[in-house]
Amino acid sequence: MPAHETDGLWVRCDGCGKLVFKRELEKTSFLCPACGHHFRMGAPQRLALLADEGSFTPFPPLVSANPLGFPGYEERIRQAQEQTGLDDAALVGRAAIGGSSCILAIIDFSFMGGSMGSVVGEQLVRAFEKAAAERLPVVAVSGGGGGARMQEGIFSLMQMAKTAQAVGRHSREGLLFVSILTHPTMGGVYASFASLGDIILAEPGALIGFAGPRIVEEATRQKLPEGFQTAEYALEHGMIDAIVPRPQVAQCVGRLLLWHR
Amino acid sequence: MQPFEWEKPLLELEERISELKQFCARSKLDFSEEIASLERRASTLRREIYASLTPYQRVLMARHPKRPTTLDYIRMVFDDFLEMHGDRTFGDDAAIVGGIALFEGQPVTVVGPQKGRDTRENIARNFGLPHPEGYRKALRLMRQAEKFGRPVITFIDLVGAHPGVEAEERGQGLVIAECIEAMSFLRTPIIAVITGEGGSGGALALGVADRILMLENAWYSVISPEMCASILWRDSSRAAEAAELLRLTPTDLLKYGIIDDVITEPLGGAHRDQAFTGRQVKAFLRRYLAVLKKTKVERLVEERLARFRRIGQFHEVKLAEI
Repeated sequence: MPAHETDGLWVRCDGCGKLVFKRELEKTSFLCPACGHHFRMGAPQRLALLADEGSFTPFPPLVSANPLGFPGYEERIRQAQEQTGLDDAALVGRAAIGGSSCILAIIDFSFMGGSMGSVVGEQLVRAFEKAAAERLPVVAVSGGGGGARMQEGIFSLMQMAKTAQAVGRHSREGLLFVSILTHPTMGGVYASFASLGDIILAEPGALIGFAGPRIVEEATRQKLPEGFQTAEYALEHGMIDAIVPRPQVAQCVGRLLLWHR
Repeated sequence: MQPFEWEKPLLELEERISELKQFCARSKLDFSEEIASLERRASTLRREIYASLTPYQRVLMARHPKRPTTLDYIRMVFDDFLEMHGDRTFGDDAAIVGGIALFEGQPVTVVGPQKGRDTRENIARNFGLPHPEGYRKALRLMRQAEKFGRPVITFIDLVGAHPGVEAEERGQGLVIAECIEAMSFLRTPIIAVITGEGGSGGALALGVADRILMLENAWYSVISPEMCASILWRDSSRAAEAAELLRLTPTDLLKYGIIDDVITEPLGGAHRDQAFTGRQVKAFLRRYLAVLKKTKVERLVEERLARFRRIGQFHEVKLAEI
């Protein structure tokens, strides 16, 4: 659920409705101090939470082209770069988690909804290729709203094939892929690499699915079931391995990497 | 079905020609010169109208209710067909048909979404919007083809995968990912033919192939022009503008290297002469199947993967620029 900014300093929690001091949130890994609701967090904060300190070496950055000549796309990219300090929606590099080396990819929702265009697709493919070459596991943290980068049209769609194939090649080397689904993982991201993990974990309350809830509601004209497409719902329907609260994610992934060394 | 606005002058002219012909037959009067002249005008008009279709006009042609469906192509292109049902897990999805067919004596596996030809059939077929069990059936049939070394031919014509509560509960996203992954590594030749609508992940789930062919009045994109317009301008009635921006026509996609060839349709669209369209599709399949059959399966898979690996446009950033 989007965090409603009330003013610069306070945020209203979507879990319990209480106002939370932003500084406080940063100290608690973006968990509501009152109810434990998982706020969205940026890729750099996620990296700090997940990877061993000082272990991360990022891949060289890539910058999006405008393959369709979509009006205003370059400007959107530039704005997102300025706002987030990222080159695109994926932060990818070599890292260690709980002392085990891996290739880590984190999708950041604040960069154009974490949507997958050519850059995100290419970075993910490079992540799996590098991991295959060095016989390393891959840990990917997904959190992309609509999944597709509409401004890249068919090129965005093809990233689903490209990333799924990179997972397939890495997997056929007998290597581990841990896919962590955070709020929200939908559309083309969910229906490609993110679903193909050997182990699929999710954060509590994360929205996970193919078609967005509003689209489902409009198409079917039914009231959606309680908790539809949440991580808990996905677990109940057999779609994910486990729900892991944010404070335990690093330790959980660390154990998994250790067991697959 | 209302005729499209841009076709009306032509349809009126054709109507006049046919009336004149009937009148001649009844009255035994000779109007053959007038008829010939009108037919010349009709033929010019036809070329003028259909040579300059806008992207959105093509989208509408792709959705024409009389357009051939997957089962029509199966009937027109193959000598024999045994339909196979069910995903062996949950049910049989009527929105996807599949089975074994004979293509000029050779067994092939055929899979494709099936739209209805009328409202009743469309309801039964869920307007060609597959549920997860449809994709699981497709996957099962493709794996069966791989086992027996049969080429796979997919026909693609769907707006997207079904957006529904049950579809989500039964793993729509997961199964689309599985289809994409499985087709990528399938050890048998695959040809995909986009015959009408190529809508997003639901289409790609049947579209990872060695050769991707597309009919002249078909579209393929990550989002429908209506949805794109409603996101961009909160107004789905501006779909025609969105269709321009999305570059979803075969001409664009051929230029980008997303598809390999464009199958020409009769002037006025596939529905105007189904038999001709069927022969066209058959001729293209014959040509590409022959090429693929000559290639070792290891190389097919390598080339298939390499083809998708290349897709994407971006700039490398030199470290000095950061």
